[in-house]
Amino acid sequence: MIEIESVHKSFGKLEVLKGINLTVNKGEVVSIIGGSGSGKSTLLTCINGLEPINSGKIKIDGTEVHAKSTDLNKLRQKIGIVFQQWNAFPHLTVLENVMLAPRKVLGMAKSDAEAIAVKNLTHVGLAEKLSVYPNRMSGGQQQRMAIARALAMSPKYMLFDEVTSALDPMLVGEVLDTLKMLAEEGMTMICVTHEMAFARDVSDRVAFFHQGVMAEIGTPEQLFGAPQNPETQKFLASIR
Amino acid sequence: MFDTSLSWGDIVFLAQGAGMTLAVTAVSVIAGTILGIFCGVIRVQLGPYWSIPLTFVLDIFRSVPLLIQLVLANAFQSIAKLGWPPFTTSCVVLSLYTAAYCTEIVRGGIDAVPLTTRRAGRSLGLSWWQDMRFIVAPLATRVSLPSWIGLTLGVMKDSALVLWLGLIELLRASQILVTRLQEPLFILLICGAIYFLISFPIARLGGYLEKRWSPND
Ligand SMILES: Nc1ncnc2c1ncn2[C@@H]1O[C@H](COP(=O)(O)OP(=O)(O)OP(=O)(O)O)[C@@H](O)[C@H]1O
Ligand SMILES: [Mg+2]
Repeated sequence: MIEIESVHKSFGKLEVLKGINLTVNKGEVVSIIGGSGSGKSTLLTCINGLEPINSGKIKIDGTEVHAKSTDLNKLRQKIGIVFQQWNAFPHLTVLENVMLAPRKVLGMAKSDAEAIAVKNLTHVGLAEKLSVYPNRMSGGQQQRMAIARALAMSPKYMLFDEVTSALDPMLVGEVLDTLKMLAEEGMTMICVTHEMAFARDVSDRVAFFHQGVMAEIGTPEQLFGAPQNPETQKFLASIR
Repeated sequence: MFDTSLSWGDIVFLAQGAGMTLAVTAVSVIAGTILGIFCGVIRVQLGPYWSIPLTFVLDIFRSVPLLIQLVLANAFQSIAKLGWPPFTTSCVVLSLYTAAYCTEIVRGGIDAVPLTTRRAGRSLGLSWWQDMRFIVAPLATRVSLPSWIGLTLGVMKDSALVLWLGLIELLRASQILVTRLQEPLFILLICGAIYFLISFPIARLGGYLEKRWSPND
């Protein structure tokens, strides 16, 4: 379970998160939508402790992320994250990209790590690309590799930050299909997305962020069908 | 081809000079690179503001002419009664000089690794050290290699200045022979050829590594 309790976060004087409350239960898929600069990415980077917070609490299975005593490197093994920019390690092959963390962080033997990497790469449809370097792949393939790389750590939670927004429209589908597949397998996920159809089809709940506040949250039917907050209405009208 | 009075013993003498050049260069480049990596990482970790004192010291080593540094260091070690032989003094000065340049090269290499790539590594659970070791180091090395090769070749040529402390390295050895044999062109030609022979493999090694790595970027 991910529990976010009145989290405030500022960059210098700019308050980016103004008291966010959100609980994501096991097996749940929550999508976050909202305008640019509303703090969606910041929230995700706070959840896995890449960014500190100013006040409030974030707990993963009861462990407070920002407590001094928390071993972040350990906690992060539970939380996979895939970013908007493609973050392949360019000096490693696809297989090596995926094997790195299982070997170095989990201390797996090479053959075990390789088996896990192959399994996950096959799962996202990259079985043929094992020995290729990332720069030889399309953006969609690189994003699927990033997903496999995160999955290889057997995370309990996956965070996705607009993983399709830097892709050619042609390639968006293949990555969204991968996300759908994970959702159907019961992965607990938070997806920041601009793909409204995806948010509607896959999510259990959809949250709308506006200027650092979670202005509205509800089932896809509620949020897309009958939005209550005027800002949500405006946002949805603007993207139709 | 040439009518020369250069003897076999003179050739050995030149070779010994070349050996001295190689020794001073090797010690300085290795020590300077290790120190430079260390300072470069510190510089990145501290950020531009907190590393001002370090940068200031390194700027001194980069801006004061090497010859002056050598002479001052030699005077200092004798005043301080350190009892350093010229070889030690030369290596210390050249190492610091190399380190000063190497620090900037390392900093540039680390800065060239996108923050998002490093975050991706950390978010997989890699520690700071593992991120440095398995992601930053290989990527930064690729970026820095050409400058580092240039630095190494430069230090090798600059090492001729240690002749001012009385070390007989390649250039000094050639000068001695020129004075004795009065065949400046021929001897300097040989001297230049030896410098080239030493540099060439280093430059080629750089080219080879760049080529080997290039299909991956
Ligand atoms: N490292 C940072 N330093 C300073 N300001 C930042 C930093 N990261 C984000 N910001 C600012 O915080 C605000 C929220 O950024 P964030 O990236 O969370 O928005 P977002 O909702 O993800 O937007 P987008 O849809 O464009 O990705 C923005 O105004 C941004 O400029
Ligand atoms: Mg964002």
